[in-house]
Amino acid sequence: MKQLKEKKFPYLFILPGFLFLFVWLILPMLSALNISLRNWNIMPNMPKPWAGLTNYSQILSDSLFWLSLKNTFVYALVTVIGQMILGLLVALLIDNLIFGKVFFRAVYYLPVVTSWVVVSLLFKFLFNSSPSGFINYLLCNVFHIIDQPVSWLTEANTSFAAIDTLGIWKGIGFAMIIFLAALQSIPQDLYESAEIDGGGTIALFRYITLPALVPTIATVSVMLLIGAFQTYVPVAMITKGGPLHRTEMVVSYIYNTAFTNLNFGYSSALSYVFALIVFGLSRLQLRAFGGQKGIAEK
Amino acid sequence: MKRKRIIKQSILTLLLLLGAAEMILPFLYMISTALKGPVYVFEFPPKLIPSDPTLQNFRTALTKNNFGHYFLNSLIISVITVVLILLLGSMMAFSLARFKFRGRNFIYGMVIFFMTMPSMSLIVPQFVMADRLKLVDTLSGLIFMDVAMNLPFSVFLLQGFLADIPREIEEAAKIDGASNTTVFLQIILPICKPALATSAIISFLGVWDEYVWATTITNSPKNWTIPVAIASFQGVHTTNWGLVFAASLIAIIPVLILFISLQKYIIKGMTAGAVKG
Repeated sequence: MKQLKEKKFPYLFILPGFLFLFVWLILPMLSALNISLRNWNIMPNMPKPWAGLTNYSQILSDSLFWLSLKNTFVYALVTVIGQMILGLLVALLIDNLIFGKVFFRAVYYLPVVTSWVVVSLLFKFLFNSSPSGFINYLLCNVFHIIDQPVSWLTEANTSFAAIDTLGIWKGIGFAMIIFLAALQSIPQDLYESAEIDGGGTIALFRYITLPALVPTIATVSVMLLIGAFQTYVPVAMITKGGPLHRTEMVVSYIYNTAFTNLNFGYSSALSYVFALIVFGLSRLQLRAFGGQKGIAEK
Repeated sequence: MKRKRIIKQSILTLLLLLGAAEMILPFLYMISTALKGPVYVFEFPPKLIPSDPTLQNFRTALTKNNFGHYFLNSLIISVITVVLILLLGSMMAFSLARFKFRGRNFIYGMVIFFMTMPSMSLIVPQFVMADRLKLVDTLSGLIFMDVAMNLPFSVFLLQGFLADIPREIEEAAKIDGASNTTVFLQIILPICKPALATSAIISFLGVWDEYVWATTITNSPKNWTIPVAIASFQGVHTTNWGLVFAASLIAIIPVLILFISLQKYIIKGMTAGAVKG
């Protein structure tokens, strides 16, 4: 009797949490497949006719999807690289600091814990098109980089400026924290013996710090990439995908397809394709870094 | 040698201060705008220190826009969600870390999978689910989903924490006749305090700021949370920026208090998965 109870115990403790995951993640994942194969109507008791693969084949010729995919890729590339480089730089500076480590760590981390809605509205305001917009004022009147105020959010070529800057600005602290933890786990005696051998700062970085950071760079870049691919709030708050879908991202397109156009079937098909792309990409990325790690270890 | 070090430290500090200014300046400008009357928001040149500061925006935010109600909604949702996550998460983590049972690897794999899955990719079927369960436009709909979305990370964190802790005390207690439930309540939960603190804060921050799901399933303002309310302050034609930022600052305060007092735990949580893995 007691043994049976002992055997049941782990299941009993898993069950309540599992129910949440089952109802809100597992079932939706399965039902998304069903929805994506139909002309889904959200109204109750309305027919939801079987559509086969038409939703999926429609994606192939949907130029708006491909535009949003391209936008998403460019955004991810720009912001992930920006966050990684600046985050690593700040981490290296802080790591070598004697006084004020905790202070600077907190300051750079502050944007990370602040709500996306709030900072998106803040950046929309900073990039205001009027001459007294904060960015316009800085660039025109303080640094004299541009001659006249720019309508950042509505001009085709600059519409991504606010969203990209925000993406980098908000994520530097996240990359920094993780790089800092990784830097602090590199054994100090490695540096000491290399210094005795006459290694300069750059050589130390190139041959000790960088190889030791490769696994962290891999994980951070995958985490940032997954994050960048789901950037929705800044688009919704700042540009609404405009002008003329110039800042439309796949997630905003998926969202609007479902909740503005009420085309749940097509939106689900888009989600499936998109999730596969993100999943495949992060696998590839980890594999690429994994190979490099092997070389570094040799 | 000593002089060289002083110069190096000064350069490092200077560079970091320059960068820190860019981190802080947008916030300072936000505070400044919140303290400006409508006529001063777009004055030229823009002023960091308002010439005629007023608390009117804060007063309007707090009294006229039902903000207290949204604040309360956010607080209720966050607190209930965090409590549920801690309870369910530690139970799951205890089972995963301490027992061998059929399906264990499947459950653990699922936790990892959902932890890394893009959160917006299931929003359509999740909405359909909420619709079927009659949870659209209810606070429970928000709580259920917030628990499900944040649970995997907490299970991962707590499981990893427990796996590093030796089992001697638990085994001794079991020999003395303690049941698994007693072990869980009297030994595991107290040991896990630091990891519980970390997952509580990380989940709280996630839930407090959550916008997409909240705006999707709430229709009536009585169910709005703070992020939904702030987003709604952004007008279609003109936006009262002073009011938007006064409300934003009020919304940020709990986060700031948590961040400053519990920085250690937040950073632990953020680095948990990344450095080890």
